[in-house]
Amino acid sequence: MEQLEVLERKTETKLYCFHCGDECPDEIIHIDEKIFCCNGCKTVYEILNNSNLCNYYSIDNNPGITRKHHIKRNYDFLNDNDLKLKLIDFSNGKRTQLTFDIPQMHCSSCIWILENLYKLNPRIISSKVNFLQKKIFISYQEEKTSLKDIVELLDSIGYEPRLNLDNHKEEKNKNEYRNLYYKIGIAGFCFGNIMLLSFPEYLSIDVAGHEELKRIFAYLNIILSLPVFFYSANNYFISAWKGLKKKFINIDVPIALGIAVLFVRSIVEIVFMHGAGYLDSLSGLVFFLLIGKLFQNKTYETLNFERNYKSYFPIAVTIQENKIETTIPVEKLQIGDRLIIRNNELIPADSILIKGNANIDYGFVTGESVPINRVNGEIVYAGGKQIGSAIEVETIKDVSQSYLTQLWNNKAFRKDQEHEQESRIMSFANTVSKYFTITILALAVIAALIWHNNSTLAFNAFTAVLIVACPCALALSTPFALGNTLRIFGKNKFYLKNTFIIEKLAAVNSIVFDKTGTITENNSSSVEFIGEKLNDDEKTFIKSVVRNSTHSLSTAIFDSIDSKVIKIIDVFDEQPGKGIYAVINGNEIKLGSRIFINENHEQEEDEFSTKVFLSINRKVKGYFNITNMYRNGLRETISELEHNYELALLSGDNEGEKEKLRKFFGTDNELHFRQSPQDKLDFILRLQGNGKKVLMIGDGLNDAGALKQSDVGISVSDNTNNFSPACDGIMDSKSFYRLKDFIRFSNSSMKIIFSSFVLSLIYNLIGLGFAFTGMLSPLIAAILMPVSSITAVVFTTVSTNILAKRRGLI
Amino acid sequence: MSVIVVLIGASLLVATGFLIAYLWAVKHGQYDDKYTPSVRILFEEEKKSENRNQKSEINSKE
Repeated sequence: MEQLEVLERKTETKLYCFHCGDECPDEIIHIDEKIFCCNGCKTVYEILNNSNLCNYYSIDNNPGITRKHHIKRNYDFLNDNDLKLKLIDFSNGKRTQLTFDIPQMHCSSCIWILENLYKLNPRIISSKVNFLQKKIFISYQEEKTSLKDIVELLDSIGYEPRLNLDNHKEEKNKNEYRNLYYKIGIAGFCFGNIMLLSFPEYLSIDVAGHEELKRIFAYLNIILSLPVFFYSANNYFISAWKGLKKKFINIDVPIALGIAVLFVRSIVEIVFMHGAGYLDSLSGLVFFLLIGKLFQNKTYETLNFERNYKSYFPIAVTIQENKIETTIPVEKLQIGDRLIIRNNELIPADSILIKGNANIDYGFVTGESVPINRVNGEIVYAGGKQIGSAIEVETIKDVSQSYLTQLWNNKAFRKDQEHEQESRIMSFANTVSKYFTITILALAVIAALIWHNNSTLAFNAFTAVLIVACPCALALSTPFALGNTLRIFGKNKFYLKNTFIIEKLAAVNSIVFDKTGTITENNSSSVEFIGEKLNDDEKTFIKSVVRNSTHSLSTAIFDSIDSKVIKIIDVFDEQPGKGIYAVINGNEIKLGSRIFINENHEQEEDEFSTKVFLSINRKVKGYFNITNMYRNGLRETISELEHNYELALLSGDNEGEKEKLRKFFGTDNELHFRQSPQDKLDFILRLQGNGKKVLMIGDGLNDAGALKQSDVGISVSDNTNNFSPACDGIMDSKSFYRLKDFIRFSNSSMKIIFSSFVLSLIYNLIGLGFAFTGMLSPLIAAILMPVSSITAVVFTTVSTNILAKRRGLI
Repeated sequence: MSVIVVLIGASLLVATGFLIAYLWAVKHGQYDDKYTPSVRILFEEEKKSENRNQKSEINSKE
């Protein structure tokens, strides 16, 4: 009792962990007058302290990553040579380089500690961080340390790398990115110099008597425009050509046409007519267009929108052959292999349980976090996670043919590239450009016909129409409006794969929700005790017992009881899948399933909610009823969306919550329960068959097929760094209540693009006036083009910002 | 007049120098990471702080 009082006093002032900044519970772990929330955090501090790396704590406050939920992994598989070769970038036998993704990286302290790794392991030659990409580049001495040592070192200080076998795609992206920078640099350089050399022309400075000077300037301009035309602008020609080959006029066709005509006419003017040409407009146009492209190319590098099932599974598994355990890469796994699945490891393929106490958490697949017990001879499905002691299983299917992974064999996953292309083609700018191109070509011909008796004027008028009508404003307003929208969404923790998704989101007319994890919260649940009223002592006992367990239900009960905690528990025995038996101050406490509490009772599956029974001193007191909590603002979101969209709910669970959900969704909308991943995909297909544009909102692996098949698939995640299935966008769960704002805002963005298009048409009409009369002087072109481009950019950026502000998005 | 031609030649040469510097920078990854270096530059170098500690120790001894 004395102890209780002492603890009570201490908890009055809240204490925060020196390492991770979490609130420290009751018990205080301290060393060097520093307080830690758990032993894990303390260990990390000790490691750093021993190497004099405590600077880590002075750069940012409480920079550490909490170690409370840390699970020690076995990294022996990293000694496998095949795997090693796949993970490292380069090796010459002595010095090896590798790149890891470290999703936990979040502050300056992280950068500092990761770049000082060589102090923890002197065999590491250097380590360099790219914070935005959350990557670390390490080079080390191959002979003296191993890949495994490095991964273990990173794991020991809280930065467990995400091991990924297919990193090669990123190389390509990097090159494209750099190419764009080269092109912009060159276009900008030429643009500036050409403008400078064109100044005498703009100001009509009299260069009489210095005719040759004018000629020198003009020829210099030609030389300067060559790299712009042949290098910086080459993508427009390539894309236009590709489009035309497929008998399709995309937005790049009129742009390429405009650029080509500008170039040809300028050369003709300079060489044959001793004029000045429009090379300044040409290079300026290309420069602005490339800037627009850079703006549009905003990507969330740390988020991964494209995943196949392999990204979910461990890269290596332990197999048992002739009683010898070896680790092999998961691809080499064959039917009939005996696998050892340890605590917290995933089952990579459908298997039969051979030995051990299987207690499988399918949370990953279904979103349901309560582990399921399986006995020998039963089938365990891929994607399940073993909780408890190691089990032995024998695979009965290939990794790619398992219940879960066969979803990836669906054609929805194969049309990837076409899909992407299609979405580009369907974009507003491309749809418009078809009519646009035909119209301006017709106008150009008409202009030429008007002046048909003067061939020079006819040529001038023809080319002037094509120059002036070049849809640079249209080509610029889309990237700037959508690029800005993408950024505004990003600020609200809604990350889209690319700007084309915004257009698709605006076109959606049907919304499908997943239940578990999407409209219900993952980690918080409402806990209610039903039974005899508990007194304070009993509450204290229960809270003390459950805090020793990491089971999700224990955590939920722990959070729900408002009481103090006793440190000393005399007996504690957690039986996986059953419950906890504990003795405190001579009181026997049992928490767990109904049969665990009362052995005589028959197993009775209660489907509708999760119950944890409690007995104290062999007397059953009642049970904790644990139900999922719906996300904040769900009701408002749904009632607002209901007016304009057809809604539906798909759940892998039973009908338990049907009545409750009816209240949210009303009577008109479809609710479907017990849906398998394939059922969900089929449901989306059916909607699309009825001509609907479907937005799917899901979270788990079980939604992967539906997310892929839908027009826009958005995955909701509590931590955007976590795994999420392949999708078009990732939404932080805290932003879920803003869904309606996001959809509305993408609608507004499309309207802004449309208005900006009208605006640019007006400019074009003015320009056409000049062109038709054959009076388009280089000066007018040089003014008109940048002005229309800049108006388009300013208009779209400012109006998206104003609208976002009005909607409360920024 | 020839003065202008020489001037323009010189200015183009200088500008080309900058362009080459820019292209070199892109090639060597200066535009790959636009955030981390801004943090890295603020880290104190270890040796200096050790020296300072030693100095302060000496000072305190005195």
